[in-house]
Amino acid sequence: MNPALAEALGDLPVLMRAHLGVSLAAIGIGVAVGLPLAWWAWERRRVRGALLGAVGLIQTIPALALLALFYPMLLVLGQASGLAIPALGFLPALIALSLYALLPIVRNGVAALAGIDPGVREAAEGIGMTRRQRLLLVELPLGAPVILAGIRTAAVWTIGAATLATTVGQPSMGDLIFSGLQTENWLRVLVGCLGAAVLALAADGVLALVESGLARRSRWRVRLGLGLIAAALLVAFVPWRNAPEQETVVIGAKNFSEQFILASAIEERLRAAGYRTERRDGLGSTVAYRALAAGDIDVYVDYSGTLWANILARTDNPPAAEMRQQLSELLARRDGVAVIGPLGFENAYALAMRRERAAELGISSLDQLARSAPRLRLGADLEFLTRPEWRAVERAYGLRFAEHRSYSPTFMYRAVADGSVDVISAFSSDGRIADLDLVTLADPRAALPSYDALLLAAPRRARDERFLGALRPLVGAIRVDRMRQANLMVDRDVDKRTPAEAARWLLADY
Amino acid sequence: MIELADVTKRHGAGTALDGVSLTAAAGEFVALVGPSGSGKTTLLKSINRLAAPDEGIVRVDGRDVRDMPVTELRRGIGYVIQGIGLFPHMTVAENIWIVPRLAGTPATEREGRVAELLDLVALPREFAGRMPSSLSGGQAQRVGVARALAAGPRIMLMDEPFGALDPVTRDELGRSYRALHDSLALTSIMVTHDMAEALLIADRIVVLIDGRVRADLPPAELLSSQDPEVRALVDVPRRQAERLHALAEGR
Ligand SMILES: Nc1ncnc2c1ncn2[C@@H]1O[C@H](COP(=O)(O)OP(=O)(O)OP(=O)(O)O)[C@@H](O)[C@H]1O
Ligand SMILES: [Mg+2]
Repeated sequence: MNPALAEALGDLPVLMRAHLGVSLAAIGIGVAVGLPLAWWAWERRRVRGALLGAVGLIQTIPALALLALFYPMLLVLGQASGLAIPALGFLPALIALSLYALLPIVRNGVAALAGIDPGVREAAEGIGMTRRQRLLLVELPLGAPVILAGIRTAAVWTIGAATLATTVGQPSMGDLIFSGLQTENWLRVLVGCLGAAVLALAADGVLALVESGLARRSRWRVRLGLGLIAAALLVAFVPWRNAPEQETVVIGAKNFSEQFILASAIEERLRAAGYRTERRDGLGSTVAYRALAAGDIDVYVDYSGTLWANILARTDNPPAAEMRQQLSELLARRDGVAVIGPLGFENAYALAMRRERAAELGISSLDQLARSAPRLRLGADLEFLTRPEWRAVERAYGLRFAEHRSYSPTFMYRAVADGSVDVISAFSSDGRIADLDLVTLADPRAALPSYDALLLAAPRRARDERFLGALRPLVGAIRVDRMRQANLMVDRDVDKRTPAEAARWLLADY
Repeated sequence: MIELADVTKRHGAGTALDGVSLTAAAGEFVALVGPSGSGKTTLLKSINRLAAPDEGIVRVDGRDVRDMPVTELRRGIGYVIQGIGLFPHMTVAENIWIVPRLAGTPATEREGRVAELLDLVALPREFAGRMPSSLSGGQAQRVGVARALAAGPRIMLMDEPFGALDPVTRDELGRSYRALHDSLALTSIMVTHDMAEALLIADRIVVLIDGRVRADLPPAELLSSQDPEVRALVDVPRRQAERLHALAEGR
């Protein structure tokens, strides 16, 4: 079988179970909260309008934003209350999805109650039913079709929206979709989409069965439907194996290929050391660091310049070694985060040229480039020329090009390959540098900030020697040309490899 | 047994009941007649507390209904609502058995009791398993009466219980209900638009017009009332009877 497909299918059971778990829990909460809310509100005209407005409003927030919102909210709540509230993963996903499920449940709940013939309600009252009996014996059974239709809508929406839970670190079918999209691995995307669709259709089908069972007063339909729901709950929530003896380590990754490859490499090392591992792929850039500091993930790779500017809000540009040194101290002191060490390559802005062209002009550093620049053309990505990095090199080396052109990244690489431009702004670990046989030019005056790939560990792992020992072999072990090659394996269109395969290749002989 | 003292009920600007006083002694059969909108349904509802009067007192067995637990009050009163009000998701048997079920009567008694009640309202026993949607209007009304009788109440409030029946069944059912009323020693108040029916089966007839009691008399006395509005009501069946009589005589 195609290895990408095999890998996606291999990941499927765990992800499907997690997806099912968070969706079922959210639908359950939606029902448990939404129906009483609908019952309470429907007799109160003013409350009803306000409630329907409010749940409608929640629905207008894009699901992605709603999910993202709960991460910082829970983080602040956890800090303020001093409780160990997990801000990443199941809880924020559950809250956001439950809120999302409310609208159809509340709206149909109110409609179901409003649709009951007043004569029937009066008869129920007239024969002496209590409010509770009226609800259980008359209103619920009569409203059931409309209520169930609402629950069905909620189920389909929730299962669809749960793919986005990936962005807050809750595993779901979204893991396959997002990582597949990033690495242009369409099989993976397809498996993820199909998996989510199958779950949604199955949920809809089961609820339809219950609905038709109630409508036709068919006991076996209702029993079968409820049995299937119970089975789904068992699958989702009863642990598969006996309580794990091994510790589980959670590995984070941001949302681009290099991060997936490095997370796989970390995973390989930790598994070899006997740890059970879980992945949180596709985290937002600042979410990843906060998640580490909060202990929601145990380990991930970030880049020194990013941490320096975004996490520590620094604008100065010390030399690479000093920046690493300071980061180690400041992050440890402030957040308890441990910098295990640099992996050995940078993913930084760099100026790059075709190898023959550079040799022909005798250029290997920015100093040498400055002399020839007035006869050369610079191609840049859309933002490079407005960034502080460009101003810094321009000033430090007195760079003056004959011409500047801006391209989207793909076209920028084509332009340097076909000679439309001589020099481009590249990311130093980009696979296309290897693919197109480009060279990056040295920066002897250290004008460009360094973006050393750093292996970071969560506070609770900072003194865990077994854990650190398992990962230390990665420190200094990944040369930039190897990383480029690995990135290329995943990003190219022909003979494409999965991040896990690239990681194994990367670790094969270092 | 049932007593309304100066009961007034307003709906916004309108007055549904305007100082109504009325008594129905134990075992009595009272018919309530009057034009549409005159307050008949409201009067019945004030007895089982589906409507709360703005003024006045309603007593059942000498107790102010407001002092009685509302479910206990209602379960002791059989109520046949205008417009039937059967539960559409329950079979005929389940509808009939609902009040005993609420009262916790053992389910073992259900079958026999349901059959008995179906006999009483002249419906075939096979109807027990049917859904209300498959019944004709008159059949559904009879189930409504059976449901009201199911828990063995001492009091029956019936809001046009036989309105949708054909004249033959209506007459039959009216008479068999009257027999039941006597044998079970019920106290019944029945709303009807049919003056002849009222005159023939009730002990007393209360005429309600614009929320006021216009007449409260036994049938024979009502027929000789001089009140023009009451006369207008009783003249209808009387004239019909005379015309029928004339027709039969061949004149
Ligand atoms: N819930 C309500 N809100 C406002 N007005 C009401 C309400 N219930 C009854 N009424 C009014 O009170 C008056 C008496 O109504 P009621 O139902 O008692 O009349 P009725 O004698 O039973 O009439 P019918 O023979 O048509 O059944 C009517 O004018 C009616 O419109
Ligand atoms: Mg009425």
